[in-house]
Amino acid sequence: MTDSRPVAARGLVKRYGDLVAVDHVDLTVEKGDVFGYLGPNGAGKTTSLRMLLGLIRPTEGSAQLFGRDPLEDGAKALDGVAGFVEGPRFYPYLSGMRNLKLLSDYDEPVSRSRIEEVLELVELRDRAKDKVGGYSHGMRQRLGIAAALLRQPRLLLLDEPTTGLDPAGMRDMRDLVRRLAAEGITIMLSSHLLYEVEELCNRVAIVRKGRVIYEGQLRDLLDTAASGYRLRVLEPERARVVLLAQNGIDDVRLDDQELRFTGEEQAVAALSVALGKAGIGVTALVPETQSLEELFLGMTGGESSDHDRAAESSEVAV
Amino acid sequence: MTGTLRVYRWEVAKLLAQKRTYLGLLTAVIVPIVFVVVLELQTGGPNDVPLGRYIRQTGLAVPFVVLFFMSIWGLPLITSLVAGDIVAAESHNGTLKTILTRSRERGQVFAGKALATATYTMAAVFAMGITGLVAGSIAWGFHPLTSLSGTKVSAGHGFGLLLLSLLVYTLPLAGIAAFALLLSTITRNSAASVVGALMWALLMQLLGVLPGTEAIRPYLLGTQFEAWHGFLRVPADWVPVVRALWVCTLYIAIPVIAAYLVFLRRDVAGD
Repeated sequence: MTDSRPVAARGLVKRYGDLVAVDHVDLTVEKGDVFGYLGPNGAGKTTSLRMLLGLIRPTEGSAQLFGRDPLEDGAKALDGVAGFVEGPRFYPYLSGMRNLKLLSDYDEPVSRSRIEEVLELVELRDRAKDKVGGYSHGMRQRLGIAAALLRQPRLLLLDEPTTGLDPAGMRDMRDLVRRLAAEGITIMLSSHLLYEVEELCNRVAIVRKGRVIYEGQLRDLLDTAASGYRLRVLEPERARVVLLAQNGIDDVRLDDQELRFTGEEQAVAALSVALGKAGIGVTALVPETQSLEELFLGMTGGESSDHDRAAESSEVAV
Repeated sequence: MTGTLRVYRWEVAKLLAQKRTYLGLLTAVIVPIVFVVVLELQTGGPNDVPLGRYIRQTGLAVPFVVLFFMSIWGLPLITSLVAGDIVAAESHNGTLKTILTRSRERGQVFAGKALATATYTMAAVFAMGITGLVAGSIAWGFHPLTSLSGTKVSAGHGFGLLLLSLLVYTLPLAGIAAFALLLSTITRNSAASVVGALMWALLMQLLGVLPGTEAIRPYLLGTQFEAWHGFLRVPADWVPVVRALWVCTLYIAIPVIAAYLVFLRRDVAGD
């Protein structure tokens, strides 16, 4: 069975002894997708990507890239595919330029000007002659993208491309991903940050404890999840009365001078008008953005684990 | 084929960019120099080793004597220092996954590494041998050599015999390198591979000197370090040389094939 889509994984399983790192994962990435592979740390995202790239052998199941299986076709399965898992790694004792020259010789050799071109694209041209050992995390991350682009890929697999970057670096990386997607490159990126995936991706697979628990449009998922709002006003007590009287506004709570409620978009719009008519000044009316954790809670019926909470709190710090 | 050669070229370039390569080669160069300087300052000599008695007669005798002493653990250590590191370091740094997600097959990457290891091994032997010759010749001149049969061999002919001997000497060392390469592939740990290969070399030496091992002695790896003695007899004795050729081929081929098969199938994950 061949499937010429950029990524078609069927029933992927990876076991390490008793531990099931990846548990019957199906993934399909269509041409032109920016596909988000979302899940907390340790959910099996990197292991899945490793299997796609042929770095590790699945215990069960198969992975195909443009219809080719890395286990059967070896390096040929990676034709038109580039990317990195767990952060790009380079030879610290060689310069950025030499590293790229080396990697291009592991493909088909390219001209020096082509290497300079990709270095320019990731804004590393000034540091090209310095040894990679002296590069910052963000620079290595960008060199990783440059190394991938040397292959002129039709599919980019990026494992947590923004992890460990400072806010400016994260923004630059996201801009770069958007630019590459606009050039027609299909991208699959893993992330543990919901807002990142929301910002970049048209489709997602959400993975938890090795299992894909949702695959599809991210928008649909966010819409179906119960959506709450937070409201700050100058007179919370009076506003509370207005809220309770308003149609389509439920679950009203006054919580430390802040009102919380749920409601459909239309009802919320009507509410803002009502508040205005009542002469209540609104200082903030914001939809409660769901965290990955809350999304999981919604999907798994409240079942959660300390493990996920730990992942969640580390993400808040970012 | 061109793919493998390109990998090989970069494997050599990587070796040339790493300190441990120079540490190994520098040791190979310094040992014979120190040896000559010490003998120049002292009066005694290594009289009980082959050619040891003639060491002050000609620089040609020096490399043979140095190689004798270095075969026990010096050159095995210099060799496994790089051979034990060549796969493990890339596992450890994560660069293995970088190069295995390009267009080269795993077999090509492995072949490039194995060839680079062989190149380094040969470079270490020749660096030591030629340095010994040059240092010895500066100290005592480039004169005819007294063979193991007691006859004189002209300096030019002796030089030819030295080159042949270095080639044959490289074979058992390559056997140790092959074992280090296997450990490097399996353990993914550079230090463990270096130490493990050194233990292997010492075990082979130990087996050779224990009583009751006479029957297997001709087929031990350590014994093959003496195969070059055959060249220094008049007429040349080809028996130990031919035996070294096939015995070492086995000691090289078995670990290399095993390492190759492991490398083709192994998981490349963060470790």
